[in-house]
Amino acid sequence: MFHRFANPARFLRLAAAVQPWAAGATVVLLATGLVLGLVASPADYQQGETVRIMYVHVPSAWMAIFCYSALAGACAVALIWKHPLAGLAARATAPIGAAFTFLALVTGSLWGKPMWGTWWVWDARLTSVLVLFFLYLGYMALDNAFDDPGRGAKASSILALVGFVNVPIIKFSVDWWNTLHQPSSVVKMGGPAIHPSMLTPLLLMGLAFTTYYVWVLLIRIRREIIATKIRALQMRQAAGQGAAAPAAAPAPGEAR
Amino acid sequence: MSGFVLVIRRDLHLAFRQGFESLMVVAFFVIAVLLFPLGVGPETNILARILPGVIWVAALLASMLSLERLFQTDYEDGSLELLALQPVALEVMVMAKVTAHWLTTGLPLIVAAPLLAVLMNMPADGLWALMAALVIGTPSLSLIGAIGAALILGSRRGGILLSLLVLPLYIPVLIFGASAVDAALGGFSAKPQLLILSGLLVAALPLCPWAGAAALRQSME
Repeated sequence: MFHRFANPARFLRLAAAVQPWAAGATVVLLATGLVLGLVASPADYQQGETVRIMYVHVPSAWMAIFCYSALAGACAVALIWKHPLAGLAARATAPIGAAFTFLALVTGSLWGKPMWGTWWVWDARLTSVLVLFFLYLGYMALDNAFDDPGRGAKASSILALVGFVNVPIIKFSVDWWNTLHQPSSVVKMGGPAIHPSMLTPLLLMGLAFTTYYVWVLLIRIRREIIATKIRALQMRQAAGQGAAAPAAAPAPGEAR
Repeated sequence: MSGFVLVIRRDLHLAFRQGFESLMVVAFFVIAVLLFPLGVGPETNILARILPGVIWVAALLASMLSLERLFQTDYEDGSLELLALQPVALEVMVMAKVTAHWLTTGLPLIVAAPLLAVLMNMPADGLWALMAALVIGTPSLSLIGAIGAALILGSRRGGILLSLLVLPLYIPVLIFGASAVDAALGGFSAKPQLLILSGLLVAALPLCPWAGAAALRQSME
């Protein structure tokens, strides 16, 4: 079952089937979530209209952590079972996760200015998310730092697994250090502490961001597979040309 | 165990024979710290306030400067592959290299730190906390850095890449190292911060050689 999807052709067929559904779900969920969040839901009794930043900020932050966990999971699978698609998925996930992390930082900053009176505080949650952003950047830099792409993939996979220690720190930072960022009010003992009129759009936006991730991920993985195919064709062509000019012919069999 | 000692001995021999390298690390550390009174101005109370952070940041950067060479020369001349072929686990070899790195860079930094603290007018009650934090914290820096040093082998632009990989992972050590000194200077006990630093070291001690050895293995495939 697990290795069934290691076949790129089978994966491409599946991806082509899933992608329109993910795209449609993203559009519908995002539209409903935005209308419910920005228009239908009430303003907060303390925070006023700025509370609506939550409908972008909180799902982005969820996705930042979710993408890193997916990245680390894919890297572990790629390292342990040498699963070719897991490597591609990790590569494709990193920029999406970095973008979500950036979005969470920016919207948090915009929210912090009216609420806390400052764009940025060196609170445990903010700092650990900033570190997460640097980990994404380090992963992408290391991935592209080698002439041999296979080496880059392996080295960056190890880095992603090492950086995973940061994920629990982010999750529990608001409980361990009692600073400015508020603790979780959706996932907690005794049920969520948010009224359903606000919780529903928040969860819809969370779902919309997830389906958006699936959508973009599929596009990026397909792109990677196609790029690999093009590269193989180019290599074959170059080898063919080399064979045609006998003086400079190395070995035509070199490029598979 | 003898392999462990032999690798440390060899690295120390190399460091002493090539000379000056660990001296240069200390020189960088001292100069970097001394730039601050010149840049910030010589008011004693401001210097005393920022000193713990300055010393820790300079120690972080100094320790990182020497990391690039940790495996690089062995990788280039092939002795890394010979080390990997030894009957001793590669993790033990990484541990030995890390120990040698700490002895040639971390230890000189710890020796130089009191001198800087005196130059910068640090009160005496902060000094012991600074020393304790450096003694517990710098081994973690060498351990974490070894992963980065192993990952960049054979890459383009290794040095600048290393800083991007390693500095984010250094942040916890920096936070608790500097806040231990701050606490002692403010008249509180530095014990909680020192305990967290010890916790970081205890976690890094088994995990970092493991990850570093995995990184070395894939670099030699």
